[in-house]
Amino acid sequence: MKNLIILLLLALVTTIGCKPKSGVSVATGDAASKVYVAPGTYDEFYNVVSGGFSGQMAIYGIPSGRLFREIPVFSADPETGWGYTEETKGMLMTSHGFVPWDDLHHPALSTTKGIHDGRWAFGNANNTPRIARIDMKTFKTVEIIELPNSSGNHSSPFITENTEYTVAGTRFSSPPDYQGSNPDVSINTYKENFKGYISFVSVEKESGKMDVAFQLQIPPLNTDLARAGKGPSHDWFFFSCYNSEQAFTLLEVNASQKDKDFILAVNWKKAEEYAKSGKGEMKNVKYAHNYYDESTHNTISEIKEQVLVLDPKELKDVLYLIPCPKSPHGCDVDPTGQFIVGSGKLAALIPVFSFDKIQKAIAAKDFEAEYDGIPVLKYESVLHGEVQKPGLGPLHTEFDDKGNAYTSFFVSSEIVKWNVQSLQVLDRVPTYYSIGHLCVPGGPTAKPWGKYVIAYNKITKDRYLPTGPELTQSAQLYSIEGDKMELLLDFPTTGEPHYAEAIPADLVQGNSVKIFKIEENNHPYAAKGEKEAKVFREGNKVHVVMSSIRSHFVPDNIEGVKIGDEVYFHVTNLEQDWDVPHGFAVKGADNAEMLIMPGETATIKWVPNRVGVFPFYCTDFCSALHQEMQGYIRISPAGSNIPLTFSTGKVAVESTK
Amino acid sequence: MSQLNNNIITNYLNSLVMKNVLYSLICVSLVWLASSCGSSETKSGEATAETAANTGGQEAVIDDVSQKDVVKIAVGSADHTTLVAALKQAQYVDDISNAGPFTVFAPTNDAFAKVPKETLDDLMKDENRAALQNILEYHVAVGVYRQEYLNDGQTVGMANGQNVTIHLNGDKLMVNEANVIATIPASNGLIYVVDGVLLPPAK
Repeated sequence: MKNLIILLLLALVTTIGCKPKSGVSVATGDAASKVYVAPGTYDEFYNVVSGGFSGQMAIYGIPSGRLFREIPVFSADPETGWGYTEETKGMLMTSHGFVPWDDLHHPALSTTKGIHDGRWAFGNANNTPRIARIDMKTFKTVEIIELPNSSGNHSSPFITENTEYTVAGTRFSSPPDYQGSNPDVSINTYKENFKGYISFVSVEKESGKMDVAFQLQIPPLNTDLARAGKGPSHDWFFFSCYNSEQAFTLLEVNASQKDKDFILAVNWKKAEEYAKSGKGEMKNVKYAHNYYDESTHNTISEIKEQVLVLDPKELKDVLYLIPCPKSPHGCDVDPTGQFIVGSGKLAALIPVFSFDKIQKAIAAKDFEAEYDGIPVLKYESVLHGEVQKPGLGPLHTEFDDKGNAYTSFFVSSEIVKWNVQSLQVLDRVPTYYSIGHLCVPGGPTAKPWGKYVIAYNKITKDRYLPTGPELTQSAQLYSIEGDKMELLLDFPTTGEPHYAEAIPADLVQGNSVKIFKIEENNHPYAAKGEKEAKVFREGNKVHVVMSSIRSHFVPDNIEGVKIGDEVYFHVTNLEQDWDVPHGFAVKGADNAEMLIMPGETATIKWVPNRVGVFPFYCTDFCSALHQEMQGYIRISPAGSNIPLTFSTGKVAVESTK
Repeated sequence: MSQLNNNIITNYLNSLVMKNVLYSLICVSLVWLASSCGSSETKSGEATAETAANTGGQEAVIDDVSQKDVVKIAVGSADHTTLVAALKQAQYVDDISNAGPFTVFAPTNDAFAKVPKETLDDLMKDENRAALQNILEYHVAVGVYRQEYLNDGQTVGMANGQNVTIHLNGDKLMVNEANVIATIPASNGLIYVVDGVLLPPAK
């Protein structure tokens, strides 16, 4: 049996003839000039790339592939101190407590009328379910909201056309965690006790602030990926799912039994109406909502306690199931909003569904069955057509500005270009190797910018100088300007890139914040000038309200701190100059170091555990006298009578007791 | 400054000029070579055609949000046009747009007017750039020397390797024989506006 499958696979590979040539460079002679961005010039696109298991997002330039920044999102960051400083610890708080590391798979860039607006990037935490919002003015994570009743937040954080909602679908169905449900059940009661949830998280139009508006309780499926409708399908959201078998063990085998799983078509506009008219049930849950306040440079972290749950079994016109072959992964909507592409990981074809036909079938109640009380539409009735023999292991599809689709194929390591209307395969190129997601600039939007397709590969084997057992993961840039795709560049990536989006630089770069204005700094421990610097004691807490500016700290000599004290270094960077952060580190720091942006205040906690004089210094090469930017703190034994004093330069300031 | 004889200044400056003619010639040729290399290195890549290459130094960074640096403050001051012209001629505009930090003693136009016109004109010639650079370097210290951290009689090492002497009498601050008539904080340091040109002591 096993051999037969292998034979069949081999036969397929041979017929398709798409197996990439191992280790061969197929870039053409003038490729270099097409990706060369001369020193001192800018790239054309920002590429916002997920870090996967690193929990972060990274920003690259396209076409150069240059890495500009890694943005800490769901993982504590040893560059900035994100998640270590007192101000940012709260951003990683959840109902489970402090979660310092998660797994970020998908960025989603905000859109207005389906077109990139350059305001925010959203990202999903796959493990402890959350959605983060990154402000594209500061490239900082400014908000994280946790999702109750959820596990494995994979089909997330895809957004509606005007960023009305960002969504979160459960990859791992599980017993719900609202009060009154019994989470302590045997795993083999999956079918009766496990549920799936799809959360709609509203995004406030001006501020971007998120709120879990409502959840749909669905059968215990594994929702995988999702896309909002657009244009005619604006009111709809489409989610792929696998495991319609409802397996709870050895899913590799047991969730691959049926010929078809589903794409879930959700009428979110209808659901929104029901939510507003009180058709749902308010459930008592606990989930964290963390918001970073740029004015106080602090996190406001709260635990929210209620969520509205809608039941599509009762609200009949909210959810329909579309049969889709073999464990669909990608579920992508073309720029017109008319066609929905399902990519079955194990399918030998790609079905394309028609939104018009879906509407007609719903109107005519053209259902083939019910699945757990949810109507299943007839496959043939809603099908626009199938792309035949496209390749092996289709995963994801992006679109260009010319009516073409680009689908990634993991097993056959290639990108296949096909026409959405005619469903004809137009071109195929190998990737090196085992592509996952792919990205056309603006590819998921109503207005693709086109020009390139970027492959994000899982395996690089012989493509780069080896670095031991773990190799870099990679992206590959192809031109799609001609009829044939053309490989231009390989570039290494940090973490594991899953999905990525690319946005024209001019929609983002002009909004970039250069400094935080010191007069607008409302941090409770800010030293808005050197005269405000001080050290004071509250019981065993010693607060060092410190300023930093090229090239000294105030104060830089501190005495009178004792064993048993907790020292809080609140450092304000007084610089009002672009690209001049200061850093802070103290010897024996058991927590972290930190970076402080111009005009910002950040705090590191230090519990000294031995007597002595400890140097502290600036860790960011800020100036010609950076090496001079240092100070000392004296730690005396517990019970010592040394008065608390602090000073800088020849002016000694008296203790403020 | 005022008590110094103009002839002495002129002779002194001339000697500096002579000493440095060869050096400046070399410098000028090098700069010319470098800049001609630079200009042939025009950017390519249609992808970036809409964005002009930054061929200048840090002074060319477009930033109207940050606090002004010492160069931008001098450029914006009607009292410092001579100084700015000299900085440009010395090709030091880029250097003191750097992160620094710098303490700049900035002579006013009136201070420069005390230098004989002929001498100034000579210093502004390309072949005398090194002499001009030496004088300007004698007006810049790396580090921020705030008045509250200075002591009377303290010496401060300047960028050209020689020292100035600080005179502090109550609130009145002098550097060598020049009076500090204003103090202006900048993003990358501090400007002391002075009423005299500081002359590097003869070595």
